[in-house]
Amino acid sequence: MRLRAPLSAGAGLAALLASVAVAVTFGPADISTGDVWGSVAAHLGLGGDGATVTPLRDGIVWNLRMPRTLLAAVCGAGLAVCGTVMQSLLRNPLADPFVLGVSSGASTGAVAVVVLGAGGGVVSLSAGAFLGALLSFALVLLIGHTSGGGTDRVVLSGVAAMQLFSALTSFIVMTSADAETTRGVLFWLLGSLTGADWGQLLFCAAVLAVVLAVCLGHARTLDAFAFGDEAAAGLGIRVARTRLILLSATALLTAALVSCVGAIGFVGLVLPHATRLLTGSGHARLLPAVALTGAVFLVWVDTAARTLLDPREVPVGVVTSLIGVPAFVAVLHRGRRRT
Amino acid sequence: MTGLRADRVVRRAGDKVLVDGVTLTLRPGETVGLLGPNGSGKSTLLRMLAGVLAPTSGVVTLDGRPLTAVGRRVTARRVATVEQHAHTQTELTVREVVALGRVPHRGAWTPATAADAHAVARALERVGLTGRAGQSWHTLSGGERQRAQIARALAQEPRELLLDEPTNHLDIQHQLDLLDLVASLPVTTVIALHDLNLAAMYCDRLLVLCEGRAVTEGTPAEVLTPALIERVHGVRAEVTHGPGHPVIRFLRPADRDGRPAGEG
Repeated sequence: MRLRAPLSAGAGLAALLASVAVAVTFGPADISTGDVWGSVAAHLGLGGDGATVTPLRDGIVWNLRMPRTLLAAVCGAGLAVCGTVMQSLLRNPLADPFVLGVSSGASTGAVAVVVLGAGGGVVSLSAGAFLGALLSFALVLLIGHTSGGGTDRVVLSGVAAMQLFSALTSFIVMTSADAETTRGVLFWLLGSLTGADWGQLLFCAAVLAVVLAVCLGHARTLDAFAFGDEAAAGLGIRVARTRLILLSATALLTAALVSCVGAIGFVGLVLPHATRLLTGSGHARLLPAVALTGAVFLVWVDTAARTLLDPREVPVGVVTSLIGVPAFVAVLHRGRRRT
Repeated sequence: MTGLRADRVVRRAGDKVLVDGVTLTLRPGETVGLLGPNGSGKSTLLRMLAGVLAPTSGVVTLDGRPLTAVGRRVTARRVATVEQHAHTQTELTVREVVALGRVPHRGAWTPATAADAHAVARALERVGLTGRAGQSWHTLSGGERQRAQIARALAQEPRELLLDEPTNHLDIQHQLDLLDLVASLPVTTVIALHDLNLAAMYCDRLLVLCEGRAVTEGTPAEVLTPALIERVHGVRAEVTHGPGHPVIRFLRPADRDGRPAGEG
């Protein structure tokens, strides 16, 4: 039974807010929900003079856990939305935000900056990753376009780009990196929210807001792709133009997220499938819903990643896959029963 | 000049000429059958009429204006297409599939109006799928899926309906049901068909294509002669004129003046 739209939207938002508020209290330092509210209220100027919270605790909440938890929410939402759009647009249930080689391009860019010192110290790891991601996406579009432009060609070009940039990354790491740098790069490649700060959060949130608006504006158009490009064209959709806009928008968002937190796998692949079971396939409902489920999911996964093996941290990408694979199998089984 | 019209349209793909200078004018409300063997250009002509494929030369016009000037969305509110075989991996209800026909009528941010709901309900009613509207599209049989696609096309509220061999994957009962439905629709219809007898039964007018060219055009009785069938399809047939429409009976290749099977 599908839930009523306003009800489920309200419940989803409430779940997200509650998740963030509770997740922030988890961690080695003992922080209460009261500390969280005190700190947040003080920083937002909502009364509370901060006197109730010690500066140390305030620092942990406001400078460490809050941006990290919110960035997890933004990344979860963004990856899930990108995955949904890619799957619908490319008519491929295995498509995810990284299917067009964006993550491997980002890795190469990051590694080039960290290991080779490309950019002369001016360009940060994030900026290098962002440029690498966009370069890879441009390459995929170029190959896809020159080879005919169909969805299969685009997916195959993405696979080719993924291989190419993975090889380049390995090559650079093997030939130039010392053990210490390799470990740092590897951690980032698997996805990590360790370095989250307010700057990253605002950047990612702004890109998410723009891209989500673009995708919602194309919700009906995405519905029309259900029976393929030809059918969409018959419904008045300018297929090539729409595909370019939506692929570019999702690639931009993916690049922004990957440049901040690395390639966090599985969220963009699994959450769209799981959410479709709740909302149906209409994108006007699916897109906001998948943003919420993705956000809640990654908030909890990151909380698990930073607390399970305390004081050590598990890369969040490892946890998403460890949780995601069984969840995916469950989704596949449910799907089999439905048809 | 009202309605949809193809004027000397040509479509090339590389060195191959798929459609070579075909002109087709539709009269309001008629059902026109496109005949011809595989590769004769029927599908390509339909795609150009729908505006999905641009002619290499020549022009397709809607009420006298070229489709390129009319625009994709406006064209989709007038001309609807049903493909040979619809397939999706997306989990959709029958109603959701039919509601896709409202896409060209709706803005990006406007919610569905009463007119949208009404058009969908009427289309479902017309094809007899009202009772199945809440069901998954994947649970439908082949014939029901094609009817759902026709309902989707009707939800577009077209004046011109283009169908590309819509009965190809259906058994004979569902072929007849579907064509009965199509012929009863109050729209101008162009339908590509393989079966000459079905074309004779359900079409007001036939256009025969061979190797991209229009061979002949006229009523089924005028067009479907043994000479034409032999020339276009390379088979011998007897044509009898019963009440209403001609009936074609194909002859075995071995009957062709004693020539062995498989030759010619």
